[in-house]
Amino acid sequence: MKQSFLAILFASLIILSFNLSAADYQLDTKDAHAFIQFKIKHLGYSWLVGRFNKFDGNFSYDEKNPAASKAAITIDMASVDSNHAERDKHLRGKDFFEVNKYPQAKFISTSFTEGENGQAILQGELTLHGVTKKVSLMVDHIGNGADPWGGYRRGFSATTKLSLKDYNINFNLGPESKEVELFISVEGIKK
Amino acid sequence: MSWRNSNTTWGSLSRVIHWLSAITIISLFALGLWMVDLTYYDSWYRRTPHIHKSIGLLLFFITLFRLMWLWLTIKPAPLQEHTKIEQILAKVTHGILYLLLFSLMLSGYFISTADGRAIEVFNWFEVSAVFPGIEGQEDIAGKIHYTVAISLIVVVSVHALAAIKHHIIDKDNTLKRMLGLS
Repeated sequence: MKQSFLAILFASLIILSFNLSAADYQLDTKDAHAFIQFKIKHLGYSWLVGRFNKFDGNFSYDEKNPAASKAAITIDMASVDSNHAERDKHLRGKDFFEVNKYPQAKFISTSFTEGENGQAILQGELTLHGVTKKVSLMVDHIGNGADPWGGYRRGFSATTKLSLKDYNINFNLGPESKEVELFISVEGIKK
Repeated sequence: MSWRNSNTTWGSLSRVIHWLSAITIISLFALGLWMVDLTYYDSWYRRTPHIHKSIGLLLFFITLFRLMWLWLTIKPAPLQEHTKIEQILAKVTHGILYLLLFSLMLSGYFISTADGRAIEVFNWFEVSAVFPGIEGQEDIAGKIHYTVAISLIVVVSVHALAAIKHHIIDKDNTLKRMLGLS
């Protein structure tokens, strides 16, 4: 009894100390210093760019142990904005996102591998349109430090490419428009 | 046969507007159902919504004129053969038809103008967005547009069946008056 109590105490202390060294950050969506943009070729002749206006997430990053970093983002799929209400309505509907059935997309990281010059690879699982797949994000550490208002911030950008077919989105937009590129830029405020 | 309405029958102007509206409403319903399922590379993909919106807006102006005309001129009196209940039912149905028609046209307008874009009517003139859009306007308006369209076709069927009933079973002049045969 006494031993198991001590074991729990030690375990809690270890977790606590780990949490103290690894800083947790909340995405600054409130003041919109975080962006999720997508681009897809239109007919193969130009880029169509859009974004998601509502999402939330957090990450943890420890300079001493970057490999332990974690990130999670939840996106409100109905908040898609391609600067054309009729197209957004189409994207929310049965041909694309089916937001009534699948209101959210989720990314949860599984590993973080830091390389040179602040570059890293963040791997994780993306659930989109009810399908969960492994994705790999090319990450750039942009910067970190104190902000002018008493807080501490850290920011990353990330890119990845998704195939629409992988997520069971089969509306035919043409042979040049089967893949969508994501550009994610986030700033986290230290909790 | 006059182009104006009389106490006993519909004038040609009212009749032309009535049948033109009937054909237009049924065609737009079919066109609307068809166009939303077209594939991206279909040559009709961009043309059909343009035609649907253009004709829809023209029908709106024609319907406004139709109501004005109804208000300005006399309306033929109900047929003697019709019972009091039939007269009330007819009046209520006509009211519902107009109500659904305007809800349909307005909701359609609110889909396309949700982001402040104007609607082009056959590259002839533009109808601009009047109200600042609310969040999710295109989705809300879209649901209303669809539900009202189905409801309108149901009430149109009731209206048409009633006219056929008067013609075949009651053998009165209800349908003939609208066909210009009485």
